[in-house]
Amino acid sequence: MDGASHRRTSEFVMTISKNARLLLASLLGVGLAFIYVPLTVVVINSFNSSRTFSWPPSELTTKWWMMALDNTGVRDALKWSIIAGLSATAIALVLGTSLAFAVSRYNFFGREVISLLVVLPISLPGVVTGIALNNAFTKQLGMSTGLLTVVIGHATFCIVVVYNNAVARLRRMGTSLQEASMDLGANGFTTFRLVTLPNMASALLAGGLLAFGLSFDEIVVTTFTAGPGIQTLPIWIYNNLFRPNQTPIVNVVAATLVFISIVPIYLSQRLSSDSSSGGRF
Amino acid sequence: MIKMEVQMHNKRLFSQIAVASVAALILAGCSSSNDAASSSGVPDVPMMETLGEGEGQVNLVAWAGYVENGSTDKNVDWVTGFEKETGCKVNVKNGATSDDMVALMKTGEYDVVSASGDASLRLIYGGDVAPVNTDLISNYADIFENLKQQQWNSVDGVSYGVPHGRGANLLSYRTDIVKPAPTSWASVFDVNSPYKGKITAYDSPIYIADAALYLMATQPDLGIKYPYALDQKQFDAAIEVLKAQKPLIGEYWGDYLKHVASLKSGGTVLGTTWQVNINLAKSEGTKVEGIKPVEGSTGWSDTWMISSKAKNPNCAYMWMNHIASPAANAGVAEWFGEAPSNAKSCDLTADKNHCATFHAADDAYWEDVYYWNTPTETCLDGRTDVKCLPYAEWVKAWSSLRNS
Amino acid sequence: MQSIANTMHKKPKLRLAALLAAPILWLVVAYLGALATLLVTAFFTIDSFTGNVVQSFNLGNFQDMLTDAAYKNVVLRTLGIAISVTIICTILAIPMAFYMAKIAKPKSQKILVALILTPLWASYLVKIYAWRTMLEPGNGVLDWLLGPIGFNSPGFGGPAIIIGLSYLWLPYMILPIYAGLERLPNNLLDASGDLGAHNWYTFRRVVLPLIFPSLVAGSMFTFSLSLGDYITATIIGGKLQMLGNVVYQNFSINLPFAATIATIPVTIMAIYLWMVRRTGALASL
Repeated sequence: MDGASHRRTSEFVMTISKNARLLLASLLGVGLAFIYVPLTVVVINSFNSSRTFSWPPSELTTKWWMMALDNTGVRDALKWSIIAGLSATAIALVLGTSLAFAVSRYNFFGREVISLLVVLPISLPGVVTGIALNNAFTKQLGMSTGLLTVVIGHATFCIVVVYNNAVARLRRMGTSLQEASMDLGANGFTTFRLVTLPNMASALLAGGLLAFGLSFDEIVVTTFTAGPGIQTLPIWIYNNLFRPNQTPIVNVVAATLVFISIVPIYLSQRLSSDSSSGGRF
Repeated sequence: MIKMEVQMHNKRLFSQIAVASVAALILAGCSSSNDAASSSGVPDVPMMETLGEGEGQVNLVAWAGYVENGSTDKNVDWVTGFEKETGCKVNVKNGATSDDMVALMKTGEYDVVSASGDASLRLIYGGDVAPVNTDLISNYADIFENLKQQQWNSVDGVSYGVPHGRGANLLSYRTDIVKPAPTSWASVFDVNSPYKGKITAYDSPIYIADAALYLMATQPDLGIKYPYALDQKQFDAAIEVLKAQKPLIGEYWGDYLKHVASLKSGGTVLGTTWQVNINLAKSEGTKVEGIKPVEGSTGWSDTWMISSKAKNPNCAYMWMNHIASPAANAGVAEWFGEAPSNAKSCDLTADKNHCATFHAADDAYWEDVYYWNTPTETCLDGRTDVKCLPYAEWVKAWSSLRNS
Repeated sequence: MQSIANTMHKKPKLRLAALLAAPILWLVVAYLGALATLLVTAFFTIDSFTGNVVQSFNLGNFQDMLTDAAYKNVVLRTLGIAISVTIICTILAIPMAFYMAKIAKPKSQKILVALILTPLWASYLVKIYAWRTMLEPGNGVLDWLLGPIGFNSPGFGGPAIIIGLSYLWLPYMILPIYAGLERLPNNLLDASGDLGAHNWYTFRRVVLPLIFPSLVAGSMFTFSLSLGDYITATIIGGKLQMLGNVVYQNFSINLPFAATIATIPVTIMAIYLWMVRRTGALASL
């Protein structure tokens, strides 16, 4: 199996001309530069002695890094953000996938409206979604806000990320594999576990990672759905941008997050492709 | 064939949307409605009479920097001591704007809010805050007299909060670029200004009052007595001033970071600012000054108010007393960058010049500062023959101005 | 387990109900209900004294919105920005995703995906403030780096908003396309080449149609996230405002009017989805 795919890859590489490969590689380079130049600015600004991010830095200092190490508020905020993000992503994966299945495999009243419904939370200004969710929790369901409401709120707008990716994959996938599996004797659950899910793995992983990113970075809806004791990282950052004395500390936090997040993302990639069937049919 | 299919799809889609909308509307009708309609006076909210035992916690809505517990900077902490002394654990939610704060208070989940003048009357008339029994607040006695019982923090002699501090909206200018040094707000409203495109203004509907203040001096026949009490004619004139000003503006600012960065780089050379921004810009080496022009200026004084639905009223009162105490008030005034409200705080600031820089005890300075207030339909200047425009109209006009 | 599986297999409606129950309950009953309560206030007004909502039906808000040219401006501007961001993200994402999916070796693939995703963790606000430093006219990073070759930063305003938003949502376009291309059988491309098509033709006639659903999936994010955004405009938009700014400014003091403005993004998304449906990208099998 391994040898076969290897052969396929090298066969294919010869089909794309050298010029095309060069062009694509340079476009990739341009894209990566676009992505990383601003992040480099963030890192440099974390050493910038200016409290207003002015450029070029007249003086470099490590005092913001020192302050960040001492800051206990950021650690709590990071903890809440990770918990909320992972929980919201998990919920979004389950709900988004089941919705995607329902919409692409079945015909029912209201099907067409679902696409609109799932995308509303992110297409409306955060304030509208935030207040609507707060009303839903406090006035309709009689709950008080706290971590649970943050998670549910985030899951609400994360569903669409998983849903869209899953629907796109399901359209491409078709039902033939599923039918073949069931013809061969597997029941619904087994088919889902061994045939459908692995084929959707990369779409779901993409959706999950993006959903986590969306949740991790969300400010406005969180303000209205988080209870008094909960402060997520984006809110902590927002507040610090309003504190005249130590704004650059947010650059330190962002830079740190970028560095330390490379590892888990890379690992999650390895995990998914190891478990998927991996084949290009 | 395909066309028919598409048409069928569209018909189905339309009917589904129609049904969903109707269902939603019905649901909406069934869910709890908002408070009952208008009352002609202030809602009757009871005032606390006696202080009891602390409830163990207090939930605050405050501006960033007002409630520091050492997690930002070990030395900046006026909360942990309070928590130890009273047993009230402090949970704070920072609001980004007055609008956020009003919305958060309306949820009923918070006990205390540090309301700016453009929010305070909204909260009072909306029934979201209760009158404050100042007898229960021992530090209230030391608050500067000209902050007590003002139009934005009291109604008919009833006090609705504890003053936090104050600041004026100054005119900033780059001393190395703007010559000669400006002395009047005319420099930001002059359509022939040589600094066109490099002027800034505060990005909030309350800035309309600044235009009104300017008209008080330049068009006295309009009869504007108080910049927050504008009838339709006066309001329209103020909007005209702002429309004429728009081409001069490079950026409107709402957060200090953008503003100070702009001052430093020279993208902005002239416009409304706060003393704290001037200090920050100067510390970065920018040649800038902030002055109160001859016409006077608008300003702000935040008020700590207690929710009408407060779940922890005793701790709430304890907090309001604490933040108004000389030491805490000095701490927050220095950290945030404003004049303290407690007269005794001036002896306790680390920077001995703090009160002088911020004119804390200079009563004469504040004579021509018009603190932010919430415009209401009943004219705030006492006129009864006309209707003034309420803040909702200010906001709508500002949205329109910003996009026209 | 087997018997449940059998029942589910025989009764498709039961399967459907199981799939739909939880998401529908939350989305339709709770979220949509709350949203509808908010948006229905567009037909109400506020008491000019207390500021509380008065539930008497009237169309005044819609009239105000439709007669004031300012709102037409902000809608068109927001729409223009959302469309531009989508186009730019698509153009940037396709070559990157193609390289990652088809040319990169499996090990590099994982690294590249990780590289694309790490910016997501750097915080929206920090990234946009970094763009402020980049775009500052005169002494920003762009002028500092490229000034000597005669390039000028566009400064703050519409182009800045478009650049900023494209930057933020690029991963949301790259990943779906990457996932879609990954499933694209290599032998299709081989066959196309064998039949004599040159690369651009293969791309246009084979690849593009097959990744169209992924493009649509990605564009939904870039378009809708841009539609509701207002923070970027505040930071690097110069004097400009977007729809979200108007809603944000009005929601607390005048909820009915804010709701009126909020119906615009809802309408736009409904039209967008309808158009997508017409192109058949999401046609049922």
